[in-house]
Amino acid sequence: MTQLLELLAKNSRLSNAELAILLGKSEQEVADEIEQLEKSGVIKGYTTLIDRAVENPNLVTAYIELKVTPMAESGFDDIAKFIAQYDAVKSVTLMSGAYDLGITIIGENLRVISDFVARHLSTIDGVISTATHFELKNYKENGILLCDEENDERGFVSP
Amino acid sequence: MIDYDKIVTEKARSIKPSGIRKFFDIAQQMDGVLNLGVGEPDFFTPWKIRQKAITVLEKIKTSYTANSGLLDLRRSISGYLDRTVGVKYEPKDEIIVTVGGSEAIDLAIRACIGEGDEVLIVEPCFVCYAPMVQLANGTAVTIETKLENNFKLTAAELKEKITPRTKMLILPYPNNPTGAIMTREDLEPIAEVLRDTNIIVVSDEIYSALTYGKDHCSIASLDGMKERTILINGFSKGYAMTGWRLGFLAGPQPILQHILKIHQYAIMSSPTVSQYAAVTALEECDADVQKMVDEYNIRRRYLVSAFNSIGLPCFEPEGAFYVFPSIKSTGLTSKEFCERLVYEKRVAVVPGDAFGECGEGFIRVSYAYSLRNLKQAVKLIGEFLDDLKKEREGK
Repeated sequence: MTQLLELLAKNSRLSNAELAILLGKSEQEVADEIEQLEKSGVIKGYTTLIDRAVENPNLVTAYIELKVTPMAESGFDDIAKFIAQYDAVKSVTLMSGAYDLGITIIGENLRVISDFVARHLSTIDGVISTATHFELKNYKENGILLCDEENDERGFVSP
Repeated sequence: MIDYDKIVTEKARSIKPSGIRKFFDIAQQMDGVLNLGVGEPDFFTPWKIRQKAITVLEKIKTSYTANSGLLDLRRSISGYLDRTVGVKYEPKDEIIVTVGGSEAIDLAIRACIGEGDEVLIVEPCFVCYAPMVQLANGTAVTIETKLENNFKLTAAELKEKITPRTKMLILPYPNNPTGAIMTREDLEPIAEVLRDTNIIVVSDEIYSALTYGKDHCSIASLDGMKERTILINGFSKGYAMTGWRLGFLAGPQPILQHILKIHQYAIMSSPTVSQYAAVTALEECDADVQKMVDEYNIRRRYLVSAFNSIGLPCFEPEGAFYVFPSIKSTGLTSKEFCERLVYEKRVAVVPGDAFGECGEGFIRVSYAYSLRNLKQAVKLIGEFLDDLKKEREGK
């Protein structure tokens, strides 16, 4: 990843002027580079990293493994896109190995999630089986530690 | 009753506490200080290195090593120096592994300096050289570098201070506290002055891995200079291994054979676990170091720009992890500035004169801190400057 992308991945609120200073480039160069990255689809958007457990301790996150029969022509694409339409679904990924689609869902409580799996996911044509795992604690997301406070253990040491 | 003043030598009693130390003692007594004074990396030692240490402990490799260090480590150091500064050292008798760069400095001075010998010390610089020269009964002779020369040593400044008694030049680049570096072009005239002399150079290159935009150059790599240079480096800064206490010196065998005796009697051998881990550092961690360098570079650009924009002119450092802005416009001395800043805004930086008289009028700010902390500190320093301005206008 370029340094520009690394900086934005950590803090997408940095302005072009700030990025220019940090990278030793002109503001125009930064603006051009970002525009190019947006156009080519490398940058899909600018989001906020939220620790949902702090924002609402009752929220439940589940990771669901889905076994699916691929369809003629479209393979897994149509089912994946169908599932991705639900607002509650935060991510959909095609996986190699023991199952096909990995899905992350966030719900108000356990009941909401199990209802969603029973009523919406299991019933989709082509879905063979589901296995739901509930998240207990999130330690790191997008490369950022969620659980540790910044703690400087260096003392006032000098000769 | 025992009279301790009669026990401790006059020489030990006459050593002054370092200016950093004195200032830290003030800051340490206060709560919630945003401390930009520390001279050690905020990064963790790369995981591969720590893992190696754990494995070494599990395998109970905890006895002494050879006095001059594990042969494997000396080989790695030899390879490292060859690939980074292009100088070949024989692992067998031209390299000694020491307890940090600090011990290496002490050894070089103790082995070479005696009564009446003059040691040229390029200031501003790290605080340990002059006291160590003093302990060795030598005379520290200061060479003051100047902002207008980007704090580089010039041949003219060097020549002016050389006398028949001059025995050693301590060359501290990349420099703590200024962040100045010496390129090959800067070093060549210095080497030219030294080539016909019997002066030994102690080149303290502890920050060599941390340069920005230009590669580090060692004076030992210049024609005819390896034979008159003791090169000092270590793992503390580049590999974020301060607490592992490991460094090394490399230089001519006829000097090192005597240095080794002092090291043997005083230390025996450097920490064994650290030595094994250091092999991993040199052989496998280039990418980790590069990542830290990139991050430091981002912070460096931020601080230079930020200090210039709040009205503290800041020379652009090309190495180490310090910026050295001028505070002359405030009318305060470095000490006054730093003391008031810590009392009034709870931000700790180090007064420039702690690194030599010519550091007066500057402050040393370390960027071994997260960008978030640096931004917060700059904001508070900006507020402090506004307060000072109001104060001046009110008068």
